[in-house]
Amino acid sequence: MALNNNFDQKYIIETRNLDIYYGSFKAVAGVNMRVERNAITAIIGPSGCGKSTLLRAFNRMNELYADTSIEGEVTFSGQDIYARDVDPVEVRYRIGMVFQKPNPFPKSIYENIAWTARIHGYKGNMDELVENSLRQAALWDEVKDKLKQSGLSLSGGQQQRLCIARALSIKPEVILMDEPASALDPIATLKIEELMQDLKQNYTIVIVTHNMQQAARASDYTAMMMLTNGESRSGTVIEFDETNIIFTRPKDKRTEDYVTGRFG
Amino acid sequence: MKEIAIVQGFENNLDSRNRKGIIWHVLFQASTIVGIIALIALMLNVIDSAFGYVAYEARMDPDSLTVDGIPVEDQSKDQLVALLQSTLSSGAYNKLDNETLFVDRSREEVFQLVVERIIRPKIVQVWKFWPSLTRSDEIRATVTREYPKAELDFVSWLTYDFVTRPQTSEPLTAGVRTAVLGSLWTILFTILLAFPLGVGAAIYLEEYASENWFNRIIQTNINNLAGVPSIVYGILGLAIFVRALERFTSGKMFGIVNLTSENGRTVLSAGLTLGLLVLPIIIINAQEAIRAVPRSLRNASFGVGATKWQTVWSHMLPNALPGILTGTILAISRAIGETAPLVVVGASTAISFDPSSPFSKFTTLPIQIYQWTSRPQEEFRSLAAASILVLLVLLLSLNASAVLLRNRFSRRF
Repeated sequence: MALNNNFDQKYIIETRNLDIYYGSFKAVAGVNMRVERNAITAIIGPSGCGKSTLLRAFNRMNELYADTSIEGEVTFSGQDIYARDVDPVEVRYRIGMVFQKPNPFPKSIYENIAWTARIHGYKGNMDELVENSLRQAALWDEVKDKLKQSGLSLSGGQQQRLCIARALSIKPEVILMDEPASALDPIATLKIEELMQDLKQNYTIVIVTHNMQQAARASDYTAMMMLTNGESRSGTVIEFDETNIIFTRPKDKRTEDYVTGRFG
Repeated sequence: MKEIAIVQGFENNLDSRNRKGIIWHVLFQASTIVGIIALIALMLNVIDSAFGYVAYEARMDPDSLTVDGIPVEDQSKDQLVALLQSTLSSGAYNKLDNETLFVDRSREEVFQLVVERIIRPKIVQVWKFWPSLTRSDEIRATVTREYPKAELDFVSWLTYDFVTRPQTSEPLTAGVRTAVLGSLWTILFTILLAFPLGVGAAIYLEEYASENWFNRIIQTNINNLAGVPSIVYGILGLAIFVRALERFTSGKMFGIVNLTSENGRTVLSAGLTLGLLVLPIIIINAQEAIRAVPRSLRNASFGVGATKWQTVWSHMLPNALPGILTGTILAISRAIGETAPLVVVGASTAISFDPSSPFSKFTTLPIQIYQWTSRPQEEFRSLAAASILVLLVLLLSLNASAVLLRNRFSRRF
């Protein structure tokens, strides 16, 4: 079954009572959240609370890690992406991902994008697609004269934008970003954040970040995750709201402590 | 400087910690040096046997073969052929003519035959390299005293002729061409079997096989098989390739009738046996190489919606290839030096014709070396030493080509 795209729906990704397991260990428990179309949703929280695990569950990347399983439901435009007849490859095609560490393919800048497009059967004008993707990722002017050079020859910030360009080249509807700026300096970080604002027009973005200011600056919605105090020590979303509410008048005391730096 | 304040409960033991470090450093260095000494000793020993003085007598005096004042070395091809025809029995002459027509042989080859069949130099004594260098006067004196008719020459047993001549029973004219070709043919089939199977199995085990008891047993068995003595593989090869698949390995299945190889003791059987022998080595190394491809690259590929096959083919394999080739180099080195399984599979110890197809009888360099070292005469040990040098050069050049191939593939952007 191919995933259709129902643009009438306000929420592009929704989870219902989502539990994520590593073997028998429940890493993430009972998550209910809705990702709004053409908005930036941030997931924040302390280390080890399952932010990246939750993010990977949105495009079934978690299946690449041994022995993971989920309970509950994740829907994309209203369809269960974990349904038996949904191919995870298609899910990842529609919901792209950018990782914490920039990971361009060890190929040329051009080929990084061209390969990605080719595997999905792109038959159009490749030069045009490469240029458009690099322009969208605000990288074109910096690399237009060295498209044949290795993607790995770029600086960290440029590599990360190349990864974003690569993700954009196949026109996904959602881009998941797993701490995309954590390995970058403040200037490169700023560029990525500006880029996210541009991309918001056409894409939905979910970003995991450790950087509180980044979440406050860049996102429209914020999900606050934390380990529960029960015996299982699973992570869960304790509060999910508009970003300005999370950062100015959170309902949960733990959120307030965390965002104001009084956590612990 | 010495007056560093010592915090209570801590002992200032930096000196003793450093001393311990130095002791280990020396130990590690010593083990490397022992290895180097062993290697040098091996090389010296081989070189010592491969060069030196040889005293030999002609069974027939070459001067007696002079015709019209022309010594035998300068005679024309026709004269030499006539000489052979008149001296050899007609049976022996016709046999030579049947192997290759005299018309097709060059003058050099005919002259070689005259030396081998008529003059027939016979070695009376050989000396090793070191005594040849240091006691040459003494050696000369011995030869003049004990073998007045003998000639004394300083020879290198390793010559171009040695590599290009076929095996014979005469040490002075023996060569290793048959064995070198046999080794190359065998290695060819070893690689053809073991490389695709090994890499395929490694990809399956790393990328596709799920983590369950069955696959764990397979994995454990592969690891154990890498340590099975090679003679056991020889017996396996004898049972499977030589006996059970005889119709295939002897070429009968393809309508090839070759009386010398109809029992399946062919290059093909040997290559396949060695292929089985090195298969676990290739699998294990290829698995390591695939495992060493960074997780981030897998994520990148799956993250843009590549299928498993696209990921394996475009990213895992190209990036694992240098490591896979390193494992293959190890495997080839192992296979080319193997003797025991080939003895069991039926390598010939004395054949003088070159292997020309997968269904030829064969011998290999290690077999040749083994056979020559087991002869009582000193001169065969010198031949063996020269063959060892040939084997080492062959091994190094095969490895060098694999290393070149590897470096070509590991040229990252």
